[in-house]
Amino acid sequence: MPKRDDISSVLVIGSGPIVIGQACEFDYSGTQACRVLKAEGVRVVLLNSNPATIMTDPEFADATYVEPITTEVIEAIIEKERPDALLPTLGGQTALNAAIDAAAAGVLDKYGVELIGANLEAINLGENRELFKGVVERCGAESARSKICHTMDECLAAAEDLKYPVVVRPSFTMGGLGSGFAYDEEDLRRIAGAGLHYSPTTEVLLEESILGWKEFELELMRDKHDNVVVVCSIENVDPVGVHTGDSITVAPALTLTDREYQRMRDVGIAIIREVGVDTGGCNVQFAVEPETGRLIVIEMNPRVSRSSALASKATGFPIAKIAAKLALGYTLDEIPNDITGSTPASFEPTLDYIVVKVPRFAFEKFPAADPVLTTTMKSVGEAMSIGRSFTEALGKALRSIDKQSMNFHWNGDVPAGEEVDALLEAVRVPTEKRFIQVQQLLRAVRAGRCDLEQVYQACRIDRWFLDQMLLMNEVAHEVAHAPSLTAEVLRDAKRHGLADTQIALLRGLTVEDVFTARADLGIQPVFKTVDTCAAEFEASTPYHYSSYDSENEVSPREREAVLILGSGPNRIGQGIEFDYSCVHAALSLKEQYETVMVNCNPETVSTDYDTANRLYFEPLTFEDVMAVYEAEKAAGPVKGMIVQLGGQTPLSLAQRLADAGVPILGTSPEAIDNAEDRRAFGRVLDAADLPAPAYGTAHGIGEAIEIAERIGYPVLARPSYVLGGRGMEIVFDRAQLEDYGTRMADVGDHASDAPLLIDKFLDDAIEIDVDALYDGEELYLGGVMEHIEEAGIHSGDSACVLPPVTLSLDELDRIRRSTEALARGIGVHGLMNVQYALVSNVLYVLEANPRASRTVPFVAKATGVPLASAASLIMTGATIAQLKADGVLPQQDAAHIDMSQRIAVKEAVLPFKRFRTHDGLIVDSVLGPEMRSTGEVMGFDATFPLAFAKSQAAAFGGLPIEGKAFVSVADRDKRSIVFPVARLHQLGFEILATAGTAQVLGRHGIPTTVVRKYSQGRGPEGEPTIVDLVNEGQVPLVINTPSGQGARADGYEIRAAATAADAAIVTTTQQLAAAVLAIEALRLGPFDVLSLQDAAGDRARNVIAGSMA
Amino acid sequence: MTRTPAILVLEDGRTFEGAAYGALGQTLGEIVFNTGMTGYQETLTDPSYHRQIVVMTAPHIGNTGVNDEDNESRQIWVAGYVVRDPSRRASNWRAQRTLDDDLVAQGIVGISGIDTRQLTRILREGVMRAGIFSGDAMAPVQELVERVRSGEQMTGAHLADEVTIPDEYVVEPPQGVETVAHVVAVDLGIKAMTPEMMAQRGIRVTVVPSTWTADQVLAKAPDGVFFSNGPGDPAAAERAVDVLRAVLDAKVPFFGICFGNQILGRALGYGTYKLPFGHRGINLPVMDRTTGKVEITAHNHGFAVDAPLDGDSVSPAGYGRVKVSHVCLNDDVVEGLECLDLPAFSVQYHPEAAAGPHDAAYLFDRFISVMKGAR
Repeated sequence: MPKRDDISSVLVIGSGPIVIGQACEFDYSGTQACRVLKAEGVRVVLLNSNPATIMTDPEFADATYVEPITTEVIEAIIEKERPDALLPTLGGQTALNAAIDAAAAGVLDKYGVELIGANLEAINLGENRELFKGVVERCGAESARSKICHTMDECLAAAEDLKYPVVVRPSFTMGGLGSGFAYDEEDLRRIAGAGLHYSPTTEVLLEESILGWKEFELELMRDKHDNVVVVCSIENVDPVGVHTGDSITVAPALTLTDREYQRMRDVGIAIIREVGVDTGGCNVQFAVEPETGRLIVIEMNPRVSRSSALASKATGFPIAKIAAKLALGYTLDEIPNDITGSTPASFEPTLDYIVVKVPRFAFEKFPAADPVLTTTMKSVGEAMSIGRSFTEALGKALRSIDKQSMNFHWNGDVPAGEEVDALLEAVRVPTEKRFIQVQQLLRAVRAGRCDLEQVYQACRIDRWFLDQMLLMNEVAHEVAHAPSLTAEVLRDAKRHGLADTQIALLRGLTVEDVFTARADLGIQPVFKTVDTCAAEFEASTPYHYSSYDSENEVSPREREAVLILGSGPNRIGQGIEFDYSCVHAALSLKEQYETVMVNCNPETVSTDYDTANRLYFEPLTFEDVMAVYEAEKAAGPVKGMIVQLGGQTPLSLAQRLADAGVPILGTSPEAIDNAEDRRAFGRVLDAADLPAPAYGTAHGIGEAIEIAERIGYPVLARPSYVLGGRGMEIVFDRAQLEDYGTRMADVGDHASDAPLLIDKFLDDAIEIDVDALYDGEELYLGGVMEHIEEAGIHSGDSACVLPPVTLSLDELDRIRRSTEALARGIGVHGLMNVQYALVSNVLYVLEANPRASRTVPFVAKATGVPLASAASLIMTGATIAQLKADGVLPQQDAAHIDMSQRIAVKEAVLPFKRFRTHDGLIVDSVLGPEMRSTGEVMGFDATFPLAFAKSQAAAFGGLPIEGKAFVSVADRDKRSIVFPVARLHQLGFEILATAGTAQVLGRHGIPTTVVRKYSQGRGPEGEPTIVDLVNEGQVPLVINTPSGQGARADGYEIRAAATAADAAIVTTTQQLAAAVLAIEALRLGPFDVLSLQDAAGDRARNVIAGSMA
Repeated sequence: MTRTPAILVLEDGRTFEGAAYGALGQTLGEIVFNTGMTGYQETLTDPSYHRQIVVMTAPHIGNTGVNDEDNESRQIWVAGYVVRDPSRRASNWRAQRTLDDDLVAQGIVGISGIDTRQLTRILREGVMRAGIFSGDAMAPVQELVERVRSGEQMTGAHLADEVTIPDEYVVEPPQGVETVAHVVAVDLGIKAMTPEMMAQRGIRVTVVPSTWTADQVLAKAPDGVFFSNGPGDPAAAERAVDVLRAVLDAKVPFFGICFGNQILGRALGYGTYKLPFGHRGINLPVMDRTTGKVEITAHNHGFAVDAPLDGDSVSPAGYGRVKVSHVCLNDDVVEGLECLDLPAFSVQYHPEAAAGPHDAAYLFDRFISVMKGAR
């Protein structure tokens, strides 16, 4: 049966900003869906507020709306575009919830839009825990015993019955938000209280504890003929208790007999049928009691999920792509398996390799957060690796994480005595470090100081996995103690996943020694193919992974190859924005070159085998990248390698790769050094006569104080070797600097002898971000962004606006000239990002990075100029003049601002809600020089207030247009808030304030209600504090600026409460001004929407009109 | 970490050096690959693998050990076993011993640590004879190649009598399940799960040796006759074909699986042929042409029936109209036959699964319907 002919236009909803639990996997699934729908001749209308995605590139849809994902906006788009159907299952929980809301509001019925890929009843059955229990029962399977509760009293009664510990799971939240284990009543009150709040249906489920059970997941697909296939089984190495997203997982499942696996498969299939997922994918999670094999169904997701992306990359079976085809009416047997080309998609992939996924965490960014892993997901990214054995894959995955402290090591003595006991106690509690602790314990097991069974009883990681890790320790022991590093010893080490760096440490050699020894002995990996069928059929898709095995499968080629290094696992500061640039390089160079992608992040579009001509799923380390290079060099001519698009990870390899003879395309390693080395960069600035803030490098706190006093407080202090603003703080006085010095010395992973960088901090500066292209001769200014917050807040966390709304043409001209001088001085060939601070008419250079930046995709969306594609063409030899002539770049760059140009505002999305202190409070949400946002949204409209209002709506639900506004600001900010607060009062807001702020406002004639500070506690009559009011949801707008490091307690409690209650929170005066303008704009009526394609049309007309005038 | 060397030698002279696994010694056989990711215990004890050296494409084998419940017959039948990474320990709540224990105890010679994917890529071009050698059986490669080439070919091999049971036995429906029919199941290499699946549905199953004559079978006055899977070339199974023809002539309902499907094909007058590398796995898509639905199925066959795929055909042996009821979507191989004028049908794959998915279990219900319809 062919596809339906009654669907000619489909609205696809994306997943919005990257947040914990919902990352670029939905850009991958959404992009696949858009590609499929377009190829099938369907008109694609897309809504996604996230500008950093590939799917929102104008060529992936017919009408692309980068707008807030709200019912109001969905209605506006539907009214304008009149799609036949809405496909909500490929944009995560965000899209699914948006579709449910739109349906509930009657929008879909009103315009006759059909929901495809899912029906509301199925979504409800899958996601409503009580109904789902019924489903499981009807399928003849078991759920954990549980009770549904809607109030705290119900929770307390249920917990008595189920016995502590109990699991708390709120309904309809994503990534397990708000869920956790309650060991006693106090825990229960805290966790269930929050859960009731987060659940849109004020509903939580309390459940018997299955902590320590084995956890599995099946990915299933069903078509309209009721054909069902299981695409992949995934086993969590971490037992139940840790969210799947935070677990180390392995595919396929490795510790089930066929009987157990088939039982799980039967139940999974029965569930997808009973729930009624008509077409598309879903996953079902299971727990197995290790002592009895009792099987319990945990939950299901009636949509494409993070695990579907992992399963797709793990098997070569593209779940989202197939789901989109099924939604159009195809059946599985009508869809070809595009890896083999000769067999249909109605089969179950079989693997002849092992896939391991390891999460990457960012606890170092939230020092106050409780590091214990729970059923609420906390990791910010993940790396996947493929090997021919578990040990090989695990070794590769741990080094893919790109976090030295989280890899296996054999430093120091083998744990003994009390140390073993302490470790056995420690591994009972899952944390980011547990795996390393287990590995250290296994060193002790190898040495006969404790036994594997003790380790198992403590951590409940299946004995098979423990034995495999023990094997790695045995191999490491052999490496360390072998009389010489023979071919056999080396081969064994490599087969079991040991990195050259680990072997070097074990043998007391340098990494280069090991690399050379391997080369001399001919111990090199071969590359195998992910083919869905364990080599039964020939694969036509070159999707490779390395293994220390015998046969190499890389085919020879004629065309010259360009290798592109991706950015590895998502982390704060390096995420989807870099993947965006890498994908652009792969797509835009395809015509001229054979593009070869190297990356290890399973969530991304770059690791879709459809993106580049060849895909190598490999860690981004020197040895792994070199192996790919050698294999490709043997396969045909190689033009070179692109390292400047994937962020800092590939950039940091540039020099070593160049030294090893790899041609680096674009900006040379020497030029990169010119920007990264402080002294070299100083020379570049001097030569170009560009000012930078005064700075000094201090060894020890004494020197730091000397420098600070010489250049004057406030200063920006940071350790010299870190990135992403890690450990960066603004210091206002000597006492604070001393405190900073003490705290830095305490942080374990910092070498105490690392020098501190002390920069003059430019207070009250306007911060400006610039993305530009340079070809060696000519500069193209891609975008100039003005930060809405003042300098001192990390550029990644700051909202910004493009085009700049307060800069003069003269200032823009200076920016252009300075950028050109920098690009020339550094020797940029490709992309460059510069950060400036404008103070008292002086343009200071803060930083220049000769690589793609986080803002490249935002600039591209806002201006319609494909910066990343242009950069890759420049790197391979094109000039800006040629690109202008070819129409890739417009004639005018960002130094020119058109009066009619639409305004784009980028707003950061922060993960504070995910991170709680040990007491369950949310970590502080005040912004600073250390970046902590996970994602971004774009507001796009005709004026700044409207664009800002949209950005706020997209980032967190939007600004209120009425109600109570609480104001409490630091003394230095009191002057600047008078006008905006007066305006809020005129707009009808009731102003609440603490005594000090109320006085200032009162003197300006603004009526203010004084409320109690949190530190004052409740009044004698039980008068609530501001925190109580916020907690009760009475205050939709909170304006609170922090007053230095010391007096933070009150502000912290207020901000934490506001974050928890989803109140709009303003922490800087600049943000307040923007917010008030936006509130005014919001009161004028609902948002208008405009697609990127229409915006481009407007721009083109303006250019023509301009040239005619 | 010391390893005892072993060598795998292919008929074409290619060799793979690895470590000995299981018993030491020499083994010869046809070498085939199996792509299942679970179910090694069921695979090893499946009599259809008699005289075959089996290569597992899944790299880790033995993780869940061995238990007494999951065997598909009384012993391990594979001639030799080739795996990449044998497990060092068994980890499963049902495990009673390690796989290595059983391989050694039953004298199964194996090899580990070789590039099984490379080997599979060779074998998908065509199966061939091979040998595994370790311990005292080691010799210069040229001599080993000669030994391999002197081994028996699968084409023309008659093997059912080597794997069948000596005496009949009965599998009763479990307590509480009403007996609805009596079936004589001819053991050409039957797997334990097959009578088990029938019994669960109320069929009383008398399993009889492959050597039984048609008279012996029909003397049991069964409601239906069943022919199982089994090893060897169907072209060499003339006696089984004769027995089946007698059953068809008597209009006794018939159901066959795997080898049983090939025997039905031959009894109806169609040919059988050897596939280039066979179907051995648990992920194969088969379309039931009656319903248009796809089922994911377990396969283990190196031969297939040569019957016309398009439309119904007439049995060259005079048994009326026949339709190809099931077909493999990977390569259009005939996976099932249905007689339109007689109560007889068969499938080439394994509805009893073990190992494998349970999608095709409905065929046992279909057998009951056919028997009821014939009454």
